Amino acid sequence: MAEEKDDKKPFLSKKIDKFFTGLASAYRFVLRFFKEVFVPPYELKEVVQQCYRIGVESLPLISLTGFIVGIVFTNQSRPSLEEFGAASWLPSLISIAVVRAMGPLVTALIAAGKVGSSIGAEIGSMKVTEQIDAMEVSATNPFKFLVVSRVLATTFMIPLLVMYTDFVALIGSFLSVNSKELVSMSTFFVQVFESISFLDIFSSVIKSILFGFTIGMVGCYKGYNSSKGTEGVGRAANSAVVISMFLIFIEELLALQIVNAIRTW
Amino acid sequence: MVGTEEKVVEVRNLFKSFGDLKVLQGVDLDLHKGENLVVLGKSGSGKSVLIKIMVGLLKQDSGSMIVLGEDVASLGVKALNKLRLNIGFSFQNSALYDSMTVRENMEFPLVRNVKNLTRKEITMKIEELLDSVGLPQSIDQMPSELSGGQKKRIGVARTLILEPEIMLYDEPTAGLDPITCIDINNLIIQIREQYNTSSIVITHDLTCAKMTGDRQAVLLDGQFKAQGSFEEVFAGAEDQRVKSFYDYNFINS
Repeated sequence: MAEEKDDKKPFLSKKIDKFFTGLASAYRFVLRFFKEVFVPPYELKEVVQQCYRIGVESLPLISLTGFIVGIVFTNQSRPSLEEFGAASWLPSLISIAVVRAMGPLVTALIAAGKVGSSIGAEIGSMKVTEQIDAMEVSATNPFKFLVVSRVLATTFMIPLLVMYTDFVALIGSFLSVNSKELVSMSTFFVQVFESISFLDIFSSVIKSILFGFTIGMVGCYKGYNSSKGTEGVGRAANSAVVISMFLIFIEELLALQIVNAIRTW
Repeated sequence: MVGTEEKVVEVRNLFKSFGDLKVLQGVDLDLHKGENLVVLGKSGSGKSVLIKIMVGLLKQDSGSMIVLGEDVASLGVKALNKLRLNIGFSFQNSALYDSMTVRENMEFPLVRNVKNLTRKEITMKIEELLDSVGLPQSIDQMPSELSGGQKKRIGVARTLILEPEIMLYDEPTAGLDPITCIDINNLIIQIREQYNTSSIVITHDLTCAKMTGDRQAVLLDGQFKAQGSFEEVFAGAEDQRVKSFYDYNFINS
């Protein structure tokens, strides 16, 4: 009996053990995704449906946020540039900030809140109401139908949403610039495109793909592993958002270091 | 005895625990072809665990579970899925996919497992099954628009679409009013006659047990304490817990 009790003692402490067990389980989950994504049958209809849900249904919120970010960032940057007599540099400054960092980051954070939580809650509720078990007993692979399709959809759609956010933010910025200085749209966008390089766009797309993958994967993982009834569903949705956001910031930081290293190389 | 001598399920010395909680402690059980077996027991006695092991949703700690001649625990994913096509599992809360209509719910297992079916054939099959559960008008409704009893019927119809040999019903009458319970019990009997299935009905409702079961098995403390016809099990019950199970149900009904 005493031996049995010793076996159940945590290796380090309960919380640290739980953290590493969770990490191992998340690793296995990601590995399973890569094992299943290339193997038929492909749930293409579900992927398209999820792309619509994630992409098209996020457009109103993304449009509003991108537009406001463009206006606010331009208005906030103008006084500092004017002090140095460099107000004409506004389009360059805004384009670099939006394309390199703000577009991907703002889009990913909004998607983490909107899409990540909805995926976590949806799959979580399917888990606690035995819908996932029902798929399994009808000889259908629920991982492929629910997880692979959603992760693919977020990975495809977030980069597209980022490009859209960049565009809307630049339109907002143009309207703000145009209201003070009479700059034409073509002049504004010529300056915008002259300021950004291929590396800016390329790194932004790669980052967005990574953000999309993270949002989908975390949402699915949290939902798929939820338990304890409706309380567990709420917890899955909540932790999907928190963990996605945390990982997005870490990825942004790492991407910044890598891109800067490439730039100076 | 109703049903043939041929066994479609053989459970031998089955053990299952969840941490310190010992749920099944050496369970032995047979289900014969064409038979309706009712497994009775208190909530948490391991009835649902037993049928979840049958379809490979859970794995036993030790013992064997032979279904249609296959040892479930030793099957790979493909073989397990092939076996699952022959087992219909009706869940306690119906487990209808709530983002899909009734038609999509019923199509879901069919289009993924039966190839070369035309749209017309799929629709005909769905309509035929909805007819047999008495809900032809619900085909384009969402699960949220259905009552508890209707959900159960659609859940049963969905499992029947793959024409299983064995039906497993997990608490088919739980949470339903007495009249709907009788409708569901009649449906279970009708399905056996119409589709020639062998069934295990998990319940703690004695009316359901008496109506649907050819044979009863009472699961207490992780083991079957009594097996036989309804009268055999309860009329001459020696185990006080089996007796009190009957008395409690009788008083409450």
